[in-house]
Amino acid sequence: MSKSLNFLLPGLGGAGLACGLAVASMYHNSGEARIALLEERLAQVEGHETSARKLAKEEAARATSLEAKVQEVQAAAAERIATGVNLTAPAPVPDGTLGIGRVAQAEEIAAWDVDVLPDGRGLPQGTGNAFDGEEIFADRCASCHGDFAEGVDNWPVLAGGFDTLGDKDPVKTVGSYWPHLSTVYDYVYRSMPFGEAGTLTPDETYAIVAYILYSNDLIDDEFELTHENLGAFEMHNKDGFIVDDRIAREHSAWRAAPCMENCKEETRVTMRSVFLVGTPPEGGTESVMNTATAEGLPSFTAEGPSFIPAAAPKAEEDAQAAPAPEEDQAADEGTQLAAAGEKVFRKCKACHEVGAGAKNKSGPQLNGLLGRTMGAVDGFAYSKAFQAAFEEGRIWDEDALAAFLAKPKGFMKGTKMLFSGLRKEADVTAITEYLKTATE
Amino acid sequence: MDEMFKPSRRAFLRGSAAAAAGTVAGAASAAGPDPLITELQDWASGLGVGVDETPYGLPIEFESDVVRRNVEWLTASPISSINFTPIHALEGTITPQGCAFERHHSGAIELRKEDYRLMINGLVDTPLVFTYADLERFPRENHVYFCECAANTGMEWAGAQLNGVQFTHGMIHNMEYTGVPLRALLNEAGLNAAGDLKDKWVYVEGADASSNGRSIPMEKALDDVLVAFKANGEALRMEHGYPARLVVPGWEGNMWVKWIRRIEVTDAAVESREETSKYTDVYEDGTARKWTWVMDAKSVITSPSPQMPITHGQGPLVISGLAWSGHGQITRVDVSKDGGITWQTARLGKQGDTKALTRFYLDTVWDGAPMLLQARAMDETGYVQPTKEQLRAARGENSVYHNNCIQTWYVNAEGVAENVEVS
Repeated sequence: MSKSLNFLLPGLGGAGLACGLAVASMYHNSGEARIALLEERLAQVEGHETSARKLAKEEAARATSLEAKVQEVQAAAAERIATGVNLTAPAPVPDGTLGIGRVAQAEEIAAWDVDVLPDGRGLPQGTGNAFDGEEIFADRCASCHGDFAEGVDNWPVLAGGFDTLGDKDPVKTVGSYWPHLSTVYDYVYRSMPFGEAGTLTPDETYAIVAYILYSNDLIDDEFELTHENLGAFEMHNKDGFIVDDRIAREHSAWRAAPCMENCKEETRVTMRSVFLVGTPPEGGTESVMNTATAEGLPSFTAEGPSFIPAAAPKAEEDAQAAPAPEEDQAADEGTQLAAAGEKVFRKCKACHEVGAGAKNKSGPQLNGLLGRTMGAVDGFAYSKAFQAAFEEGRIWDEDALAAFLAKPKGFMKGTKMLFSGLRKEADVTAITEYLKTATE
Repeated sequence: MDEMFKPSRRAFLRGSAAAAAGTVAGAASAAGPDPLITELQDWASGLGVGVDETPYGLPIEFESDVVRRNVEWLTASPISSINFTPIHALEGTITPQGCAFERHHSGAIELRKEDYRLMINGLVDTPLVFTYADLERFPRENHVYFCECAANTGMEWAGAQLNGVQFTHGMIHNMEYTGVPLRALLNEAGLNAAGDLKDKWVYVEGADASSNGRSIPMEKALDDVLVAFKANGEALRMEHGYPARLVVPGWEGNMWVKWIRRIEVTDAAVESREETSKYTDVYEDGTARKWTWVMDAKSVITSPSPQMPITHGQGPLVISGLAWSGHGQITRVDVSKDGGITWQTARLGKQGDTKALTRFYLDTVWDGAPMLLQARAMDETGYVQPTKEQLRAARGENSVYHNNCIQTWYVNAEGVAENVEVS
């Protein structure tokens, strides 16, 4: 109160002085009037002060409530952060269905649901024997698996390998390893031949499966394999499998607190990498045998390596630093094309060799291909289609090669070549140029 | 000064490391000022490439060696083959799709979304067919998971083989998948017809010629399996199963069926080719383990490694690596520089997601001495990654699958690393 009054007094004093000078003769009366005025003023001021205090009080209350509100919001946010799972939730699964999709039709299920269970459920009606199977196998399977199911190159061996499962490199064939015959039917019918899956009839499949059994000396060539006896056929390795028991046998043992110090007295290198793997800029890898031995490497103890081997002489850095030779502007376009073709040829290398010492793999060697008679490479078992082309004396010229490379089965119906064709014309041109360079 | 010439090991180390680090040190502290700084460079004066030059960006040409690579002679044909993720040159945990390893059994196929159909049949209330658009109408989830081929590190059963972490451990990638939980699709078809779900299975197959059929126990199918259509935010790549693949967290990559076209509820495992003749583990006595689905805890140092030699000489060195477990989270990784005599606990980049790659670091100082680098992972179950010796004692050497051994790199005084085995 006093503070607000002091603040107002100089103003009142000024007014009083002016009043006194103007009405001096009415001193007494006017003095009383002045007091009344001042009292009225004082009451007004006090009224203002009260209302101001009230306002301030209200403002303070509002601030307090706002502050409380802020705290509330902050607490809620903190809680949300702490218990984020409340907002992140797995995708809900409804009680009923969502009504998405449509009912699968019987014909659709029949077309796709062709898997066969170990007991033979799922087998279609049919029959076949090894005698018939031999011819089908020779025609459809032997280019990769060999006439006697012995496997060509790296392609799977289907026969033999009995008594090798305990070896370091077990030969896991249908005969030696597969526990169920249903698996052979299931896989051959659905996924073989490689590149022509789904084209075998049930009878052809039964015959091929019978031939594979025959190649493994598990049946004779008259044994009729049918949908009725396949599921009950007992395979050589039917009892050779146990269900994963790593948890019981390994996890229980491999959970001790791991050793951190002096875990062994000494350790030494016992084997060095067998293959050094180069990573050329054009992609892929080039492996070479590593000739280095573990001899001459330090052994290790807790003190560190036993010695520091001398650094190998550094390769001439100048050679690397030398500027790359300017590209020969006059470089023959053909050479560049051939180089591009060599890259494209990587698609072919799994089956074809070319260049010095090229041999037949699952495809014939390709030296001197252009100008060569089709189907003419000695020692290669050509398809009937190429045998016929040979008889007719057809020649590999650039047009024929281009057509064949673009669509092998379109150009030569019945070819055993699984490759589906080069899509880019530029690749065909490049590879043709590359093959021209391979004359021996 | 005198101390430098004492014939001590330490002095020798300084000398050899300095020689090895010659070029690097030269560039950094040459007598004259660095022309890269003092001279105006073209790129600092002329103009760069405009927007839209490459509508879908590729790595800059200087990184062109960071690509997946195959080892031709491992398989009969690149159509049924494998290549390897360049994990030596990647950091963090997410694998870019473009360099994530590929494994095909009959080649990668081009399947348009418009031509895509997914069938659910077998022991369900209503056999259903979904289109691709249908899949995008189910509630979906996002998860980061590793996908590791069961044959990753398989060559190492026979000892140190291929020199490079890309080739010993590169059949792995780690992506963020967007997909529909398989349980939602099974729910849509209804499982009342299946009765007791305890002994039921789902058989899953792809649309490619191999179909790569696999049987998955119902318990897993209803747990965390996804039908995924996006990886790392964008559509799956053709080679990873565009437009939709199965994601089977923590389990061997062969089960992650690509181009998934059919899911059949069955009362028995189909025992397909991929789960009998392949992806089964032959042991010393010739018997084999089947249904070895989970990928056990494993780790490997990605740098230094044979493809990532130390080029900076002695001094601060970051040892960087990856750890993962099909049983859950990685809780700890230890690193040894002396072939397993002494171990130090590494720093985890961040707590990894469950069944996803975790990055670990050992921030150390290299004194220029040779090292035998190893890493050893532990997961949330308390399992400790085994040594090669432990694995061989338990299983022999006949298998090609599920090798989660502790890997060793010998780093010589020049910083060059090589794949080795130690006693």
